[in-house]
Amino acid sequence: MTFTWPAGSPTSSPVRLALRQAILESIFLAESGHPGGSLSLVEILTAIFDGNFLQSPSDQQNPERDRLVLSKGHGVPALYALYSQLGYFEAKELRGLRKSGHFLQGHPDHLRYPLMEASTGSLGQGVSVALGLALGLRVKFEKGELKRLPKVYCILGDGESQEGQVWECLMSCGKFLPGNLIFILDANEGQIDGPVKEVMDLEPLADKLKAFRLDVSEINGQDVKTIQDKLKSIEIKAHAPAQFIIARTLKGQGVKSMERVIDWHGKAPNKEELKRSLDEIYGENNRPNGSLLEGANS
Amino acid sequence: MSSSQLLDQLTDSQVKAKASRAAFGEFLQEFGAKNPRIVALDADLSKSTQTQHFAKKFPDRFFNMGIAEANMIGVAAGLARADFIPFAASFGCFLTGRFDQIRMSVSFTNANVRLIGTHAGVGIGEDGHSQMALEDLALMRVLPHMTVLQPADEADTKRLLEWSLSHKGPCYFRLTRQNLKAVKWSTESQKVKVGHWDFLHTEPNSIMLVNSGGLLESCIKVADQLRSEGHKVSIVNASWISPVAHENFSKIAELKPQLIVSVEDHYTVGGLASVIAENLIEKHAYFPLCKVGVRDFGASGSPQDNLKVYGLDPEGIYQQIKKCYKK
Repeated sequence: MTFTWPAGSPTSSPVRLALRQAILESIFLAESGHPGGSLSLVEILTAIFDGNFLQSPSDQQNPERDRLVLSKGHGVPALYALYSQLGYFEAKELRGLRKSGHFLQGHPDHLRYPLMEASTGSLGQGVSVALGLALGLRVKFEKGELKRLPKVYCILGDGESQEGQVWECLMSCGKFLPGNLIFILDANEGQIDGPVKEVMDLEPLADKLKAFRLDVSEINGQDVKTIQDKLKSIEIKAHAPAQFIIARTLKGQGVKSMERVIDWHGKAPNKEELKRSLDEIYGENNRPNGSLLEGANS
Repeated sequence: MSSSQLLDQLTDSQVKAKASRAAFGEFLQEFGAKNPRIVALDADLSKSTQTQHFAKKFPDRFFNMGIAEANMIGVAAGLARADFIPFAASFGCFLTGRFDQIRMSVSFTNANVRLIGTHAGVGIGEDGHSQMALEDLALMRVLPHMTVLQPADEADTKRLLEWSLSHKGPCYFRLTRQNLKAVKWSTESQKVKVGHWDFLHTEPNSIMLVNSGGLLESCIKVADQLRSEGHKVSIVNASWISPVAHENFSKIAELKPQLIVSVEDHYTVGGLASVIAENLIEKHAYFPLCKVGVRDFGASGSPQDNLKVYGLDPEGIYQQIKKCYKK
């Protein structure tokens, strides 16, 4: 059976399971990619898009729409899967991930897929683009060009936060007070060479961020309801400290054999590993939504 | 240097010499008033880059990003994403030193950002190497989408900046700290044509001096000297470093120069000299090329002394031509 999205809101359990499947199957078909840091994004992304994000497939260039910058560009298979689930493109396009000529590039590419607000993948850069967007939209709002002040979400990684540019950007947020900018840190504790705390520890992170004059909160990034509630509670003001949400997640989140395993940062599962992962997601041989592999040319 | 025939013919002593950075400051102020889409960013050098005037007039459209150029470049890209035309200014070396930010956040997304790099070359003088942009053209020129411009005087700076407002895509402007003598531009040269160089004076089978940036006056002085010795000379100004029109090279090939002399306050690698060599070779047009430019790290000294030390004053350019020239 070819893959079809289950009915339900993005945060519903069947959809989140299907997103995990689509992430793993698209990476499997691409024979490369970053499953660990994509899986850790599922709850964050669905919480944003389920009631906290103004944008629709039928009006993608609405100037008052909310924006999302995925600064940790390697997690993009999760965003692609979600855009497909939301109806931006057909699920079968996910088979084109990382393939020559396809718009679903290995890392977000604005020119090939304009919904990617920034081209990222060289870490530390999306944060600044997100800040520029937030400031520009605020100028437009204050001049009356926009009736609504759009929100700008920026998702970054904990490993990524070792980049100096991230701290340049956060420092400047303390000055410009972009109250429409919401950073969400996917704190999945892992990076290519090992655990973040071993490669280059960021802690005490919340204290550091508070010292940068950000509105800092720390939440359980594995619980979609918690993230959704946190996002709902944010009151957008034109001039206020930027929001910085540390979402404590797990690399490989939601797939038992991949959770906390550093090796799953940047490699595709083989056929056997894919089967094991899907069995962990759905129960043995249970594939309620079909498979992206059905009808694929590989 | 003896006679000054071409110098009188091609430059205008009635107009006050002006640094291209000063021309930029005036432009930004003037067009900022006309175009509400223009925003400016600086990294704590607004008094040097001349964004200070815009900053005073339009504080709600000016962002002083502090000494944090990487973030400034990314923020400029984000402002462009929100349909603004950001002018992000700093010394050329500090801007292009953040190459990855320009590569990814600006050129790869075709972001409509104007990068303004001032303080080009050893001509800045006393501050020495750390503040001198010497490799910026080489770095910017390799990037797809990036328009790279190095104006020769005030009028040239202003018309190219104005042209850039109608262009969609990133531009890098390389500007000088020191004053530049005004050129008497032909009516033809006053119309901006993408990629086209100005053939200010041409003779067939001549020694052809091609300038990019702040050394045009020196080139003309050298040309006058060569002429007084009975040489035929041509003078070309190359404000466009990327893209460059193929017509420039057809025209050079037609003129069959005895020697081409590239003159730039930039490394001889990757800048104007490379543009000339690469494009002529592609056309199977082979002429000897004398590369006048910087071949080592910069150093402190007065602007005049520096230009002398690095062989970029008229005497230095003349001596290098004499070495290259074979009858």
